[in-house]
Amino acid sequence: MTASRLVERLLQTLPVLFGISVIVFLMITLTPGDPVEIMLADSRATPEQAEQLRRDLGLHLPLHERFLVFLGNAVTGDFGVSFFHRRPVIEVILERLPATIELTLAAMLLALAVAIPLGVAAAVKRDTWLDRALSAASLFGVSLPGFWFGILLILLFSVTLGLFPVGGRTPFDLEVARVSGFLLVDTLLAGRLDAFAAALRHLALPAVTLGLPTAALLARVVRSSMAEVLTSDYVLFAEAKGISRARVLLRHALKNALIPVVTVAAIETGSLLGGNMIVETVFGWPGLGRLVVESIFARNYPLVQAAVLLYAVTYVTLNFLADVAYTALNPKVRL
Amino acid sequence: MSAALAEERPLSPLRLGLGRFARNRTALGAAILVLLFVLAALLAPWIAPHDPADADLFRRLQPPAWQEGGDWAFPLGCDGLGRDILSRLLHGARVSLMVAALVIGIAAVVGTLLGLAAGYFRGWTDAVISRLVDTLLGFPYLIFAIGLMAMMGPGLHNIVLVLVYKEWVFSCRVVRGETLAAREQDYVEAARALGCGPGHIMLREILPNVLSPVLVVATFRMAYVIILEASLSFLGLGVQPPSPSWGNMVADGREFLVDAWWVSTLPGLAILTLVLAINLASQGLRDAFDPRLHQA
Repeated sequence: MTASRLVERLLQTLPVLFGISVIVFLMITLTPGDPVEIMLADSRATPEQAEQLRRDLGLHLPLHERFLVFLGNAVTGDFGVSFFHRRPVIEVILERLPATIELTLAAMLLALAVAIPLGVAAAVKRDTWLDRALSAASLFGVSLPGFWFGILLILLFSVTLGLFPVGGRTPFDLEVARVSGFLLVDTLLAGRLDAFAAALRHLALPAVTLGLPTAALLARVVRSSMAEVLTSDYVLFAEAKGISRARVLLRHALKNALIPVVTVAAIETGSLLGGNMIVETVFGWPGLGRLVVESIFARNYPLVQAAVLLYAVTYVTLNFLADVAYTALNPKVRL
Repeated sequence: MSAALAEERPLSPLRLGLGRFARNRTALGAAILVLLFVLAALLAPWIAPHDPADADLFRRLQPPAWQEGGDWAFPLGCDGLGRDILSRLLHGARVSLMVAALVIGIAAVVGTLLGLAAGYFRGWTDAVISRLVDTLLGFPYLIFAIGLMAMMGPGLHNIVLVLVYKEWVFSCRVVRGETLAAREQDYVEAARALGCGPGHIMLREILPNVLSPVLVVATFRMAYVIILEASLSFLGLGVQPPSPSWGNMVADGREFLVDAWWVSTLPGLAILTLVLAINLASQGLRDAFDPRLHQA
């Protein structure tokens, strides 16, 4: 991709980002109830103090000016103070973010690990029982309500078989120094293999809940992309040269077949971030998703607003990166 | 004479598609299953054996009839308040299907009209609508819905509104594309030459030709909307108790997971079955209406 094309594609995301910030701003502004009253609910503030707070928060300004203030603050990472924690929203979010990223990445890695071999196998053995089973499984995967799937896994693997913990991220008594916030990394840094294993066991069910339906979807992408590549001239040529079947599949075909998979995986990672709210709630996973759900019930609006904005911006960014990766990897496409 | 003419008249794409659909046995079976769900939902007040809100702590967590301690008067057992699960499932189907039908119906109308306008007028109309579509697509769906529900408060009315706010985008995108292609066609050119106004051309000439893709999009989006409503209700942001909805029934059962598997499991199974049936039927519709897609 040429530099100018990259800049052009980047500029295309600007109106979208602007639109997103307008919608998020309106979400909070149109909320019934006075934020000042919510913030002062349990204090004995005088009307003068309430008025002072209103001015401090900029709530006396006209709507368009408030939007500009909101936008300026958002760009600098200032999303106000979490009503509940009495700390800056951004601080609270950053604290919870590693748990969510850890879960999302684990789910995506699992999805790819399942989807790539299955998709390749289905493409090679086209129109066999394997292929049909995979397409049935894909349909199942998209029809499965995530929150229920998680509960079924808990019922089977935790309650009945006792193999995995019911929820949470660590055993109650586990304490490991927080370095990166990623538990799998921190436990290894501390040299605590037992803690690492415990963290992995806690991660397993939520990652499967989030990852398997994604695997169903990705497997379908791998299958169709691989099936297309397998009929291409260079694969036929490689086979004609007498290169072994396995080598042709792995070295020649798979490398190219994975290009669209990278794109879809990047976009799906954005969707997984959204799915996290459900899974984190089901498993009591202390990440951002659960924080948002809790904040909704605590009417902690600044946090909800910041999180929604953060999720949307991440989603748009991942879509952009997916596009860039697609063009960068694929010599046939020059945007 | 008139009979001979009628015979020669080519079948409309809609009828051709429906004919192909009817020959696909899986899809037809799935469609019948969906209809059964719809029927159960419509008739719930008459066919449900009990009042879904009728609580009785003597029946608390009574197991399904086939398990020990079960009773055929309450075939699928009772929940934590002793309410009949079968009756709640039937009434829950009403909520799920009503929300989904309203959302999909309103979104299809709004999306189609905006898509027609964007594709036909192009220029700034298209620019405004397309930017709005891009923006809404920039939100992960669940985040968008959760954020808005948080602000607007839970409830049936709000859930429909919130989902419509985003859902129209999908039919709009399809219709816009189809309209862009259609406006260059001869029949549109002919209508314009005859002096037809834009309203007439969009609604009378182009609209009938974009209906089948809208139908296909609407059915497969419907499956997604049902899961979304159930997810919101599960989180406590959607349909509020005591109204039974499949999502809040699953949530209710979580605390009894160890003692009473049926409370959470059965409503989830209902969601899965309905959504799977809708997805199968919509796949059949897609194949029937767009043979090109079938090969992909």
